[in-house]
Amino acid sequence: MSPLMRPRTLREQEGRAGLALISPTLVITLVVVVLPLLWAIMLAFQDVRLINIRQVGLFGRYTLENFSYVMSEPGFWPALVNTLVYTVAGTALSIAIGLVTALALRDRFRGRTLVRAAVLIPYVAPVVAVAFLWETMLNPQYGIVNTWLSEPIAFLTQAKGEFLGVEVPVALLTVIAFEAWRYFPFAFLFILARLQALPAELDEAAVVDGATPTQRFRYVIMPQLWRIIALLSVLRFVFTFTKFDDVYLLTGGGAGTEVVSVRVYTFLTARDDIGASAAQAIVLAIFLVVFLTLYLRFFAGSTGERP
Amino acid sequence: MSRDRFERRMFAVLRPLAIVFLFLITAFPFLYMVMLSVRDIQELILEPGSLWPRDLTLDTYVDVLTRQGFLTFLRNSTIVAVASVAVTLLVSIPGAYAVARLRFFGRRQVHVLFLAVYLFPAIVLAIPLFVLLTMLGLRGSLAGLILVYIAQTVPVTVYMLRNYFETVPQSVEEAAAIDGCTRLSTIWRVVLPLSKPALMATGLYAFMIAWNEFLFALLFLVERRESWTVSLGLSQLAGSIEVPTTVLMAGSVVLTLPIVIVFFAGERLLTEGLTAGAEKG
Repeated sequence: MSPLMRPRTLREQEGRAGLALISPTLVITLVVVVLPLLWAIMLAFQDVRLINIRQVGLFGRYTLENFSYVMSEPGFWPALVNTLVYTVAGTALSIAIGLVTALALRDRFRGRTLVRAAVLIPYVAPVVAVAFLWETMLNPQYGIVNTWLSEPIAFLTQAKGEFLGVEVPVALLTVIAFEAWRYFPFAFLFILARLQALPAELDEAAVVDGATPTQRFRYVIMPQLWRIIALLSVLRFVFTFTKFDDVYLLTGGGAGTEVVSVRVYTFLTARDDIGASAAQAIVLAIFLVVFLTLYLRFFAGSTGERP
Repeated sequence: MSRDRFERRMFAVLRPLAIVFLFLITAFPFLYMVMLSVRDIQELILEPGSLWPRDLTLDTYVDVLTRQGFLTFLRNSTIVAVASVAVTLLVSIPGAYAVARLRFFGRRQVHVLFLAVYLFPAIVLAIPLFVLLTMLGLRGSLAGLILVYIAQTVPVTVYMLRNYFETVPQSVEEAAAIDGCTRLSTIWRVVLPLSKPALMATGLYAFMIAWNEFLFALLFLVERRESWTVSLGLSQLAGSIEVPTTVLMAGSVVLTLPIVIVFFAGERLLTEGLTAGAEKG
């Protein structure tokens, strides 16, 4: 050691050790997530296809053409509306069913372990397997669901149908039902954990005061669940808005169920238009941030009024 | 009858109904999956409404595993999942320890990065990675896929492990230091043995992501059949008309069963870990 260098203090050693231990994590997220993201943004502003990718340099021609092209495509805006409907309905339904499940399974009963295990399977099972299962069950020729109906319904391939005289988007509703079915266990797990951590005294005090079950739910339990429900809605909204697997596997984006992420995939693979695909993905991400901001503002306002 | 008694009676009826309904909508589809997987396709087409197979057959499983290549797919999925779990743990244990215990430059900012990665849409990431792997000629290799899965799980597993490491009493670690342990041997000999439940939960999480993932497997591997994972294989064969539905149902069972077994074997640990975190906040 040279005489000019003083020995490192313990605090400095700690700082160095910390950086050394965290660095593998940082490097891998940087290389596989952050840098590709920056590149995706650059690709969105360039005219790139797989054929000419090697000629398009880092400092190639930048243009806004991809964005104007993507947004003027006839399918884009309907797909965005679909995405929003699918996300809001899927999120709300999965949380609502999750809440009911958590309340129903909160107290012990015989066979609770079995029911609890069954309820978790849709979330645990691979998406490819459950999507194929739904496809088979809903198949108009040999699906078991259609043997229970008087008239077979093509749940996944029919864009519009009539129900009680009202025109309904059949395939889109089916995809939403799938979303609710697959993700309600996620909400259930979070809400149940919160329910079981609630202090019993409040509920008991309300019983002594003569509150009925619905009153206790409304004035004692729900106020303590709002925070976890708010968190769940943000999480599910973010995940569902950009979700690709579920719709792609169920309908391939056909029958009026096309969402933006499926378009991104089609542009990338079938059309081999990388620039337009990236532009579309970034527009999707921007809309996600916009809707999320709106939601958070709205929700923060409404919780602020609560005592 | 008072409102209270009326409501109590109403819920005494509604609650069992809800439980039965929930059980049916979740258990029945999977029962149906198993039932279809052990019958012949002719029987399904003739009697689509019957649940119980008249002739029990396991030929569907033989067909899907050998002729359709699911044995190879199983091998690929296992390689991908096990490698993802191993590397994820290897990377996230020191990372989580650093965030839990050591004061270093940027420690507070690290959380923002992790949250961003957790919420980040995979579809945006898919584009540059697809282009990159195409340029490198690495499409069809399992290594690229494993790398992506690790990057997607590590931020979450660091967070999970950190929560647990913080509950390990600092005095135990200090005692180890006085006994002459270096920092790494403290982690290895003291912190890790005390954190087995959290390690299991973390490994389980990484395994589930790697086993179930579809989008990246589709983008990276679709052109090389011998590299397909089970998920990808099932999704590709489901589109073709040559493979009978009952054979594919056997494939679904093959795909679903391992993850369900692994999940319920480690589930107690996973939910305990979650709940421990929830109680604190």
